[in-house]
Amino acid sequence: MTRSMVVMVALAAGMFAIAPWLINGAPSEATMGLVYKIYFFHMPSAWMFLVAATTAGVASFRLLFLKRPRADHWVIAAAELAVLFGAFTLVTGPLWARKSWGVWWVWDARLTSSLMLFMIFVAYSLLRRYGGPGSDKLGAGLALFGMANVPFIYVSVNYWRTFHPPTSVVPKLPVEMGIPLWFCVTAFTLLFVILLRVRAHLEHQRERVEALYLAEDEA
Amino acid sequence: MSAFARIVWVIVKKDLTVEVRSLEILSTTMFFAVTVVLMFSFGLVVDGRPLNDVAAAILWVAIAFSGTLALGRTFERERHNDTLRALLLAPADRPALYMGKLLGILLLMGLVELVLVPLIGLLFNAPVIQQGMLLGLLVAAGTLGFAAVGTLFAAMLMRARSRDVLLPIMLYPMTVPVMIAGVRGTAALFQPTPDAAVAQFWLSLLAAFDVVFVILALWTFEPVMTD
Amino acid sequence: MNRLSVVDVARHYGRRKALSQINFTCDAGEIVGLLGPNGAGKSTLLNILATLLAPSVGRVEYGNLIPADGAAVRAQIGMLGHDLFLYPELTARENLAFFGHLYGLGDVAARVRAALDRSGLAGRADDQVGGFSRGMRQRVALERALLHDPKLILLDEPFTGLDQASTRALVERLQDRQRAGCLIVLATHDLDVVDGLLTRALFLINGRQSIDSRSGGSLRERYQQAVAGA
Repeated sequence: MTRSMVVMVALAAGMFAIAPWLINGAPSEATMGLVYKIYFFHMPSAWMFLVAATTAGVASFRLLFLKRPRADHWVIAAAELAVLFGAFTLVTGPLWARKSWGVWWVWDARLTSSLMLFMIFVAYSLLRRYGGPGSDKLGAGLALFGMANVPFIYVSVNYWRTFHPPTSVVPKLPVEMGIPLWFCVTAFTLLFVILLRVRAHLEHQRERVEALYLAEDEA
Repeated sequence: MSAFARIVWVIVKKDLTVEVRSLEILSTTMFFAVTVVLMFSFGLVVDGRPLNDVAAAILWVAIAFSGTLALGRTFERERHNDTLRALLLAPADRPALYMGKLLGILLLMGLVELVLVPLIGLLFNAPVIQQGMLLGLLVAAGTLGFAAVGTLFAAMLMRARSRDVLLPIMLYPMTVPVMIAGVRGTAALFQPTPDAAVAQFWLSLLAAFDVVFVILALWTFEPVMTD
Repeated sequence: MNRLSVVDVARHYGRRKALSQINFTCDAGEIVGLLGPNGAGKSTLLNILATLLAPSVGRVEYGNLIPADGAAVRAQIGMLGHDLFLYPELTARENLAFFGHLYGLGDVAARVRAALDRSGLAGRADDQVGGFSRGMRQRVALERALLHDPKLILLDEPFTGLDQASTRALVERLQDRQRAGCLIVLATHDLDVVDGLLTRALFLINGRQSIDSRSGGSLRERYQQAVAGA
């Protein structure tokens, strides 16, 4: 591991260690009391989910149109992280919903759209696993379309009746709530970057092993 | 006629000719769509009365399911005699190949919908004739969005393994905005007091989706099909 | 295009090497045979030559054009695949006309007529191809591949399932094209048929190229030497 990676891992570990203490210090919210605090992990996770989806889309664009074969490693890494953070978001969301709204699931726009985007990346994983040779390009097409779909998903939030707090909640949070939130966002971002680089590196190495394997019987 | 348009026309004509000779895909897809409508009706019509908005939902689910089948089988035909390779070998503009196949699918789906929509009107007393104009536009725009993504994915999957189940796996999540917009817009038209404004809103969302994804598919077709 | 150059071409699928270290050059007027057992990589190499597949390593040059030149290269290539590339529901005439229009040829009707005459199928021109025998479909498919007068002609197992008369007709057609200055690459198992037709033989064993000893023996003998030596 490179020096910068070591620093990042140490920093992220430290931040996640401190986070519960910071979250504990945040005040209780008016209607939801203690329960809302799952938000401090839920929201950054949702953001990282979208960032992962966008990264996969951008890397797919580079693979298909800029003809950079190694971009595929980043698509794989980002798509996996999209599934990871998406799953985390879709589990913490209902946990919060159950306690604050009384139901596990509501069919509002944002939850539904996140679920659909999540499904797109699960489909990507299935495609890579079972599609046979050439599925790197196919997957890139899928991821690119997935990224293009994100604005359509975002738009629907504003035009549907929804239980989900609208996006403007974030700026209105009082400072005592804002600090733990942005702290967690930073921690999650660090985590995302670390995982992305490690996963992509794994793919680089896999490619190198295969090249070595292939070169071996050339002699 | 420009070279692009000529290729599109030639492919559409060829697909039409082939289909007319056997009528296989059209008749089986149409029957399947009708079966889907009936199956869902049995599930969703309670005490002889449909639940709210069920008619709209059933229409669009039938379109999605039958569309997926039609897409798979159209490309299976090209795979059968390896004619897709011959198409890719030709010095024809690749996006033109995509466009030709897309128009063929749209024609096929259009014919199926000409049967489906009146059927829905009949079974659920839905005002399909009174709302004909807006309804027709909604169905057309939705089918275009669905087919635009579907044609690309079906073509992409032609050389992949497990392609018959991978197509719906990839297509359905991607076309959820189309389904939502289609169902909501249609439901608005089927209400006791039809809401044209809401329907128009969803129609414009569909139109935006269509523009974005047709263009994206045209760009992506070449890089994704070359190995 | 007067020369086809294949330089250091290899094709990998993950860890499997379908082709490696393929190098050869051929000129107009040559008929090159790709010979080898099943799975040796003949179809893969033909697909690469047809620009349908990109090599993992190496390059192919078509005179002064390369695969990236896209349509310009494809316009000069004609391929007869193992699966014939014909639409069974269309008639012979319609199949030829479709490809004629697809290739943007002028005066498609006249070309189609000429092609039908050459194939000897003018009498069955308006029957659906699905009802033809293998030999007849082969003839239509060959004419389809040659409709646009390609300089590079690629054939994948063209003699499979043909009777003697059809085989002879195919050989004559290929020789006619050879005299017209075309470059022909032909993958086959039928060593006896092509012995004497080929100007050069390339033996492909397990994706690798084996040198033709040209020791003067029959093609079959040389092939067996190459297989034994691999």
